Amino acid sequence: MSALTNITLKAALDGLKSKAFTSEELTRAHVEAIEKANPHLNAYVLPTFERAVEMAKASDAKLAKGEGGDLEGAPLGIKDLFCTEGVRTTACSNILGEFTPTYESTVTANLWRDGAVMLGKLNMDEFAMGSSNETSRFGPVVNPWKAKGSNAALTPGGSSGGSASAVAADLCLGATASDTGGSIRQPAAFTGTVGIKPTYGRASRWGIVAFASSLDQAGPIAKSVEDAAILLKSMCGHDAKDSTSLDVPTPDWPSFVGKSVKGLRIGVPKEYRVDGMPEEIEALWRQGIAWLKDAGCEIVDISLPHTKYALPTYYIVAPAEASSNLARYDGVRYGKRAEGKNLIELYENTRAEGFGNEVKRRVLIGTYVLSAGYYDAYYVKALKVRRRIAQDFDQAWTKVDAILTPSTPSGAFALGDKSADPVAMYLNDIFTVTANLAGLPGISVPAGLGADGLPLGLQLIGKPLDESTIFSLAGALEQAAAFKAKPEKWW
Amino acid sequence: MRRRMTDTVAERESKQIQGRTGLWEIVIGLEVHAQVSSKSKLFSGAAVGFGAGPNEQVSLVDAAMPGMLPVLNRFCVEQAVRTGLGLKAQINRKSRFARKNYFYADLPQGYQISQFDEPIVGEGEVEVEREDGSFFTVRIERLHLEQDAGKLIHDLSPTESFVDLNRAGTALMEIVSRPDMRSAEEATAYVQKLRTILIYLGTCDGDMEKGNLRADVNVSVCRPGDYEKYRETGSFKHLGTRCEIKNVNSFRFMRAAVEYEARRQIEIIEDGGKVLQETRLFDPTKGETRSMRSKEEAHDYRYFPDPDLLPLVVEDAWIEEIKKSLPELPDDKRRRFMSQYGLSSYDANVLISEQARADFYEKAAVGRDAKLVANWTTNELLARLTKDGHDIEDSPVPPEHIAELVALIEDGTISSKIAKQVFDYVWAGEGSPKAVVEKHGLVQVTDTGAIEAAIDQIMAANPDKVEAVKDKPQALGWFVGQVMKATGGKANPAAVNDILKAKLGV
Repeated sequence: MSALTNITLKAALDGLKSKAFTSEELTRAHVEAIEKANPHLNAYVLPTFERAVEMAKASDAKLAKGEGGDLEGAPLGIKDLFCTEGVRTTACSNILGEFTPTYESTVTANLWRDGAVMLGKLNMDEFAMGSSNETSRFGPVVNPWKAKGSNAALTPGGSSGGSASAVAADLCLGATASDTGGSIRQPAAFTGTVGIKPTYGRASRWGIVAFASSLDQAGPIAKSVEDAAILLKSMCGHDAKDSTSLDVPTPDWPSFVGKSVKGLRIGVPKEYRVDGMPEEIEALWRQGIAWLKDAGCEIVDISLPHTKYALPTYYIVAPAEASSNLARYDGVRYGKRAEGKNLIELYENTRAEGFGNEVKRRVLIGTYVLSAGYYDAYYVKALKVRRRIAQDFDQAWTKVDAILTPSTPSGAFALGDKSADPVAMYLNDIFTVTANLAGLPGISVPAGLGADGLPLGLQLIGKPLDESTIFSLAGALEQAAAFKAKPEKWW
Repeated sequence: MRRRMTDTVAERESKQIQGRTGLWEIVIGLEVHAQVSSKSKLFSGAAVGFGAGPNEQVSLVDAAMPGMLPVLNRFCVEQAVRTGLGLKAQINRKSRFARKNYFYADLPQGYQISQFDEPIVGEGEVEVEREDGSFFTVRIERLHLEQDAGKLIHDLSPTESFVDLNRAGTALMEIVSRPDMRSAEEATAYVQKLRTILIYLGTCDGDMEKGNLRADVNVSVCRPGDYEKYRETGSFKHLGTRCEIKNVNSFRFMRAAVEYEARRQIEIIEDGGKVLQETRLFDPTKGETRSMRSKEEAHDYRYFPDPDLLPLVVEDAWIEEIKKSLPELPDDKRRRFMSQYGLSSYDANVLISEQARADFYEKAAVGRDAKLVANWTTNELLARLTKDGHDIEDSPVPPEHIAELVALIEDGTISSKIAKQVFDYVWAGEGSPKAVVEKHGLVQVTDTGAIEAAIDQIMAANPDKVEAVKDKPQALGWFVGQVMKATGGKANPAAVNDILKAKLGV
């Protein structure tokens, strides 16, 4: 049945419409693939196969009548950060215990409205805090890719490691993911998949377990740029339940994939040429520039002078918001509770047992930077720098239509390589956090393989609300790169 | 009206406290929490109401379920703006919500959404009457919107506590005054005035028993003259260290708490000690305050702008619209009652203290002697209502009957004395004043013949008194009394007087 799993979402939707196969067949093929691969990859933390088959049958009934939405019958994986009604949602943290929401996140509800089928909940870093998917309560996710001549288990990146691994290994046609500092784009780059984070406010945050409210955005990880456009279109839209949701129409993004990019001005920021960046990343970037030039783009050298402050700024703002957002996990109303002799002990025991080390580290950092006497020096300063970073981009948009950078400073690394060194781990986000801080759309497109045979990605950052242009550019890169490599199915 | 910036010498002296080492003065500032009158909560669609079963009015947002987000209730914002306008305060076109972070079981989010450095309402002022009828002004520092917490229930089990989140997320207005009250009486008068304004505006029902209006009281003491220095310079260094007293939920407790706390602070200073800045709890059974937490133990609330909410922008056009919908406010009404109806400041105050009273009065006063109507409303009706535990809304005597009663007095049909009798019958439900007068035959005798006959009879029976009154005209009263007695009180007193004077030659 691998013929039904190693196709793109677009191909599957076409096949469903032309009745080449049914959603049930498509879904069962994916169920079979998951059953085989998941013990090795650990991408799914909660398969929902019965529900999947039911949803598939319902879709088939619609398709038979020539009805159905844009995603009718397409089996997807859902990051465990999204609340799913009647399906356990844990953000891969022990503290949520067996928490089963009575409500559905707006983004997933949009997918079901359009006919998608849920295969299950996907693994991730605990509360989306991590860049290697090693902080999950369910254990790490394994990247389906292996380095040439090595059998070492590699990270799929994080925090949406389950989503990236599942898409790369053909365990779903596409997956939801979320991106606070690079959690969609970095895993996409590590797994040879496409991941886009839309403009802040495009995708509703309602029903998504919050990490850092001013940075969190949902988006898809997909097998192709077109697939990403199809999924993102379904996920986005104004939601009155999220006060930061933008009341703007959602463009028909799939129609922008394949459009000519001739005449578009592409910025190449010199500040993204960081010390110690591997030559192959540099080479990939040069190659990307050449491809877009060939496609008729004008290449413009630009400066984003505050880039070097982005990572420290991010690691103040995100933990600050997280320390407050995670205060609700106190053992009183839902999730895990560790009893204590009094209320304070109940809090202490619950949170000590419920949160993992990385979450604790960030809660502590966040609490510290918001404390009296430190607030101005850290948090207020960080907000000022954040404004400067956004202004850098505003300046750039007077000269260019989009910005091209590498997605990550390296390819996938081995599990355990960086888990003891938080700063080395945080450096993974160096090219991606700026888009979160400025609220801009960013997409990672697989652009080639490194010397070790592992996929590498290029990132396009767009103007606010201008996902359309970066979809066109991403399409051009995809076409030029003709990236067809797939991980060997070693499981 | 002249408003006080600083007191006159006499006013100041009346408020001073004699200590062992000299005189002291009290300085009080208040933080009043007023629950916004609204059908739903500040950031969730959940209902607000008193008396629902535990946790029956809790939405997913109120319970802080994962992924839930606050959405600001526009009506609560309107109520805050309305209140700001009623306090003659500056409405901030842009304000911001902030998170106040602390852990407690009645606070599901682990933070309270409040406003910190950018409140919706800025500086304003409230004009307050003292009991003696004089006025003083309390400056308002700010008003901000915030969420209320839930309620813990400790008495259902010896080992467990329970949480009721019905109140969690309900909208509160915190109204912060400057330290402009100088006695417990002034503090209670201020809260009473604030309460009246809120009720007029319809932005808070002012029900203190239900906890819909609560106050934290900041008390400090200083030496005579220091407060004036503070007012001149704005520098708090002239004032003593303040303590914040919580759990003061009635006017009586407020008086007791302020008096106890001032004495406590004076004693500490006079014993050579220093007052520590702290939060204290008022214990109503012992009538004393006790330490809750010191400044060092104070929470670090780690305020920061709530990233789930956009800055709150209030458009000028909306403010204008709200302004137009404001009712006549108590001070304006009082001034109008004094000028339009010629009432004393005291009577006007009594009548405007509740909107319903004022409305009642104005209905009754149409076309009548307004002062007389005011007397009947305040002296007879309100006294009787208070005695029988009625509100003016369910008065057994409607305004039309007060008007009719006054009309009967005005046209001489009944005397003021008879009117009291008539009022009693009307109160007892015997019908309108006219009907009662007819039924009981209470029409005043203005028939001079009948009065003359009565006088003649009395004069004939008491020749000694007739003689005596010629030297002592003040003895006329005895004759008046006799005539009234003879006529069953129905004789027109003015006519009786005139005829008596003529006949007795006084």
